[in-house]
Amino acid sequence: MTNLSKTNIYTNHIFMETLINKFRKVAPKAALVMAVAAGAALQGCSNSEGGNKGATAEGVAADAATAVYVAPGKHDELYSFLSGGFNGQVSVYGLPSGRLLKIIPVFTQHGENGYGYSEESKAMLQTSHGFVPWDDLHHPKLSRTDGQTDGRWLFVNGNNTPRVARIDLKTFETVEIMELPNSAGNHCSPYPTNNNEYVIAGTRFSVPLDMKGGTKDVSLDKYEEEFRGSISFIKVDPEHGDMDLDFQILVPGFDYDLANGGKGPSEDWVFFTTYNSEKAGTLKEVGASQNDKDYLAAVNWKLAAKYAKEGKAREMPANYYHNKMDENSHIAKSTVKKKVRYLLPEECPGMMYLLPAPKSPHGIDVDPSGEFMVVSGKLASAIPVFSFSKMQDAIKNKKFDGEKNGIPVLQYEAVLKGEVKEPGLGPLHTEFDGKGNAYTSMFVSSEIVKWKLNELQVVDRMPVYYSVGHLMIPGGDTKQPHGKYLVAMNKITKDRYLPTGPELAHSAQLIDISGEKMKMLLDFPTVAEPHYAQAIIASKVAPNSKKFYKLDENSHPHAVKKEADVSVTRESKNRVRVKMTAIRSHMTPDNIEGIQEGDTVYFHVTNLEQDWDVPHGFAVMGANNAETLIMPGATQTLKWIPKKAGVYPFYCTDFCSALHQEMQGYIRVSPKGSNVPISFSTGKKKQNIPGVASTK
Amino acid sequence: MKTYQKMLMIVAALSLGLLFMYPMWMIQLQAPQYPEGLELHIWVNKLGGSTEGVLQNFNILNHYIGMEPIHADSFAELRFMPYIVVAFMVTGVLVALIGKRKLVLAWTVLLMLSGAAGILDFYLWLVKFGTNLDPMAAIKVPGMTYIPPLLGSKTMLNFDALSLPALGSLGIFLAITFSGLVYFFSLKDQVSKPIIKQKEVLVS
Repeated sequence: MTNLSKTNIYTNHIFMETLINKFRKVAPKAALVMAVAAGAALQGCSNSEGGNKGATAEGVAADAATAVYVAPGKHDELYSFLSGGFNGQVSVYGLPSGRLLKIIPVFTQHGENGYGYSEESKAMLQTSHGFVPWDDLHHPKLSRTDGQTDGRWLFVNGNNTPRVARIDLKTFETVEIMELPNSAGNHCSPYPTNNNEYVIAGTRFSVPLDMKGGTKDVSLDKYEEEFRGSISFIKVDPEHGDMDLDFQILVPGFDYDLANGGKGPSEDWVFFTTYNSEKAGTLKEVGASQNDKDYLAAVNWKLAAKYAKEGKAREMPANYYHNKMDENSHIAKSTVKKKVRYLLPEECPGMMYLLPAPKSPHGIDVDPSGEFMVVSGKLASAIPVFSFSKMQDAIKNKKFDGEKNGIPVLQYEAVLKGEVKEPGLGPLHTEFDGKGNAYTSMFVSSEIVKWKLNELQVVDRMPVYYSVGHLMIPGGDTKQPHGKYLVAMNKITKDRYLPTGPELAHSAQLIDISGEKMKMLLDFPTVAEPHYAQAIIASKVAPNSKKFYKLDENSHPHAVKKEADVSVTRESKNRVRVKMTAIRSHMTPDNIEGIQEGDTVYFHVTNLEQDWDVPHGFAVMGANNAETLIMPGATQTLKWIPKKAGVYPFYCTDFCSALHQEMQGYIRVSPKGSNVPISFSTGKKKQNIPGVASTK
Repeated sequence: MKTYQKMLMIVAALSLGLLFMYPMWMIQLQAPQYPEGLELHIWVNKLGGSTEGVLQNFNILNHYIGMEPIHADSFAELRFMPYIVVAFMVTGVLVALIGKRKLVLAWTVLLMLSGAAGILDFYLWLVKFGTNLDPMAAIKVPGMTYIPPLLGSKTMLNFDALSLPALGSLGIFLAITFSGLVYFFSLKDQVSKPIIKQKEVLVS
């Protein structure tokens, strides 16, 4: 009986396999039809059953489940960093599982941990426009050593109020934010060179510069004469990563869209796509789409740095913020920079060239060898591939096609290797697998197209759901890609997940690119809108991950390292400073009296724990900011202004221990001018107060 | 005593130096939420652990059950034990130089007694900490005491405690073994002659 049923199961299994195989053969065609049908159906009615009816089976690998399954307790092979777009954050996912590991706030206040609310971190979001607690974060870029990701820092751009930030991958925290002057729409940003010599940032929106660090009050009709773009060259300290704006190049008033650094033979160069070479100032949708060709701008950054060093740079007054988080005090400090150096391309021969590129190009991606520059023109019908060696020849032999604002324009045919014909509709971005293949995302036709770099032949297509923007291969923009996976980041989700009202999660899809044919492995929802992403082998990052901060190294001026040292002090008529501690499972002090209505109370909370994964949170009733989450060994400050007399509880918000619920206290607030003296305590005198916090 | 025996005796005395290089004893705690384990190291002159904050982490865990916090300052032993060890090392070398086997025996026996006293003292501390619990403790399990094992493992609530001698104790073990051997060898040297004499007597 047992044997018989086993055989049955076996036969059934074989039968199923055959069926599945048959289905897979027909599926591509069927799926296309179904995709169209599903699209139509969605217009008409709500597909409340979810994605089961949609075109889901296309290209899904038979072993997809095991390929992405990371068993409980096991770690992912890669870290990936997905930008959050309009949430101003970065989300960290494990690959291949697609598990969300962390959200790193960068340009946006984060009530969850007090980033941008706590007294320490507020300065991170200061700009010349004042406190700007939000931005549009598009492009994460990992730091590099010798053209490969090194797992030290992640650079990201703030698009709206031009800023570049650095995240330290020891702590996964934002440690530096630099504002960029003379920029607007910092989209073409941030692009590190092969050894982080520079992080380069171009401006998407050209603006009329007043040459005093601001924009001019001019008529908007004067776009053509007055508007300029800028490319910023940010120097990066090789050891600590600290940024410094070395100089800018003031460029013609196009829109600078994306950039990519050269490698190997082209490593001195960085390439920028531009659109709106028409210099339209209004209805750009039409105005910027008139010229048949816009430009790929090639800038020799090494030569630029040399010009800047050798006195070609002029200086203009400026006003921009540079905010840095101190490693030991965890206090951010702002420095206001008052000048900036700049170069004019017309004064720096050999520094900048323009390569004609089909209509409004978007992505520019340089292959791992550094020879091919792939330009994806979203409105173009073919993908032009430029050759770096041909570009060098063209420059040498002066194969110019006139000039634009004093910048030589190279002849299209002289620099072109060839075009990928009929790649699909709406090519946006290209990455590489290091095995001679390129992969391009097609926004309009919703697919990833694989093509041979040398032959320029399309060899495979994988539909993605829906309208893919960026795609990412781990290290796919470096000298050595890890050509196993590809992540497609899709702009439209529709029926892919259970519906969640009008706003749906954007979706990422993981594709296996290790074989000849791409195989779909996984859909995973993402946070806000990922634009670009980066990924890196976990072993380059995980071993350096900090477990906690050493209390001995805490240099916060209001840190208290022993419970015996806590204090509550009225510093002036309206200001009270509470220096307190948190350790499982109590806060010291947890009874505070003598506060008065309208006082500004600073709670400086030091987490005395010296163990892994024991943050304490601090929240107080009626606080107009947020909570603050304090990592072991660190001190964080929450400002609180009680508005009326009474008793206010405060408590630990992070479930720290079995007696977390007991980790709470009270503050008594008396009317203004009351004679209740300042007093504070924890526990009654006879009670044993445990948890002594000196590590010495 | 022969030269090699004197040398061995010096080695015995010096091996006590291991006590200053390694902990004597270690207590390891393992729990689901401590996959990396918590190790408390007991040295001849201090308390330490697998990480810098380990004593604090022990105390945080222990305070829930009302155990008194453990501080190096609470143990007078940690102050005077180093002197005893140094005294043993110095006298050991002197014994080697003098070369009297009775002194070797005396030194060995004294060291064994001190070692035993040390272990007894350690056990008494374990009992004291494990049973002297604050009646106001947050977690009270009727009838439960928390005496960690002296040697071997024991489960206490969510923790598996494992107690083992560490490398420093090897110093004491080696010192006793070597000096014992010295005594044994020198004994053989001295005894072998009278035995031969006796045999001669018997034979004659």
